[in-house]
Amino acid sequence: MQVRTTAIICAMRAHGEHGAIVRALTPDNGLLAGYVRGGRSRRLRPVLVPGNLVEAEFRARTAEQLPGLTVELSHSRAGLLAEPLAAAAIDWLTSLTAAALAEGQPHGRLYEALEAVLAAIEYAPSARGWAAAAVRYELMLMADLGYALDLSACAATGARDDLAFVSPKSGGAVSRAAGEPYAARLLPLPAFLVDPSADSDWSDIVDGMRLTGHFLARDILVDRRADALDARRRLVDRIGRLA
Amino acid sequence: MSSPEIETLTQALAKLPGLGPRSARRAVLHLLKKREAALGPLLRALEAVNDKLTSCHLCGNVDTSDPCGICADPRRDARMLCVVEEVADLWALDRSRLFPGRFHVLGGRLSALEGIRPEDLSIDLLIGRIAAGGIDEVVLAMNATLEGQTTAHYIADRLESFPVRLTQLAHGLPVGGELDYLDEGTLAQALRARRPVS
Repeated sequence: MQVRTTAIICAMRAHGEHGAIVRALTPDNGLLAGYVRGGRSRRLRPVLVPGNLVEAEFRARTAEQLPGLTVELSHSRAGLLAEPLAAAAIDWLTSLTAAALAEGQPHGRLYEALEAVLAAIEYAPSARGWAAAAVRYELMLMADLGYALDLSACAATGARDDLAFVSPKSGGAVSRAAGEPYAARLLPLPAFLVDPSADSDWSDIVDGMRLTGHFLARDILVDRRADALDARRRLVDRIGRLA
Repeated sequence: MSSPEIETLTQALAKLPGLGPRSARRAVLHLLKKREAALGPLLRALEAVNDKLTSCHLCGNVDTSDPCGICADPRRDARMLCVVEEVADLWALDRSRLFPGRFHVLGGRLSALEGIRPEDLSIDLLIGRIAAGGIDEVVLAMNATLEGQTTAHYIADRLESFPVRLTQLAHGLPVGGELDYLDEGTLAQALRARRPVS
């Protein structure tokens, strides 16, 4: 195996005294793990920060072997670590990607979406610019893993207009008229998740995070992966304080 | 060919950080050759530490007394508290002899992927120390990693309501660093933390 590609660093774990095992999302090969010799050195530590974009080369003699990984920094986002909200968002998005995706399965559109959200976090002065994109990324990741929510039509009436709720059981949308009597038991569906051109305010973003959070906890981040949800709680808490 | 006892000693030393089988053999050979000058004192020092080793109930430092030498030192400024991730960080900062206050060791940093949550760290103990009063400044000295900074932001939030001055270690150019060799992230931090030349 030899893969030379751009990649987004998603997780770094110390291995031995000087090395590190890094998991990175690539455009064509999905999430790949590799051993970085000297990954904890003064030179490489600033490169292996989650969220950074690198030129990576994965090399292994057999497919079963953990590849050796060499990296060169393309673009650093480590400067954002001092910003509490940006750091919380990068922590959550990269942790989610590393925890949820299986290694070696291509997720081309997820790579593009993650890069876009990270770029938005970098350029937007506040979460208003990227929080909705982060929620859409979570939805896209769920869809790529086979847990897509059906937000195209009302699960009860088939109506395509005025979808306002989502069933927490089926993940299907419910129209306002059909869902109003059961509103307390349904999850609110913000308009920006149905219509990409719709504006989103803070309450929409909080509703969107509540919606994706329910299904992520139920279907994707279960058992040991549930630990990653802690980073999400910290992000939602920060965004909730802005709202 | 060495005896099983010497082989066991070599293997035990080889497991220590910074040592491998080869360097452990060299260390054992040195100890055996200098039995009186090296092996005896080492043995006595190890026994003494092993007998008295304890964790400070105030700050979490590892020492041979509780409270530890730093917490018990009356010359330390009790109004300043420096929060670090690990005991190794405390020792590194204390070696510099630049910080006159006391320390608090968290015992790690928040990590979503490793499942380390706030309740796994001694954050409640830290808040208890600050709530007890007498502390004017808290220095957050976490590592400049994503997890270290996430932990610092979390603690800063928890301490928001306390009347203490919250500060953080500066990030940027390392001493002896050349701009040409620095990564963008470090440069960005350095630019952000720039200050007027007096």
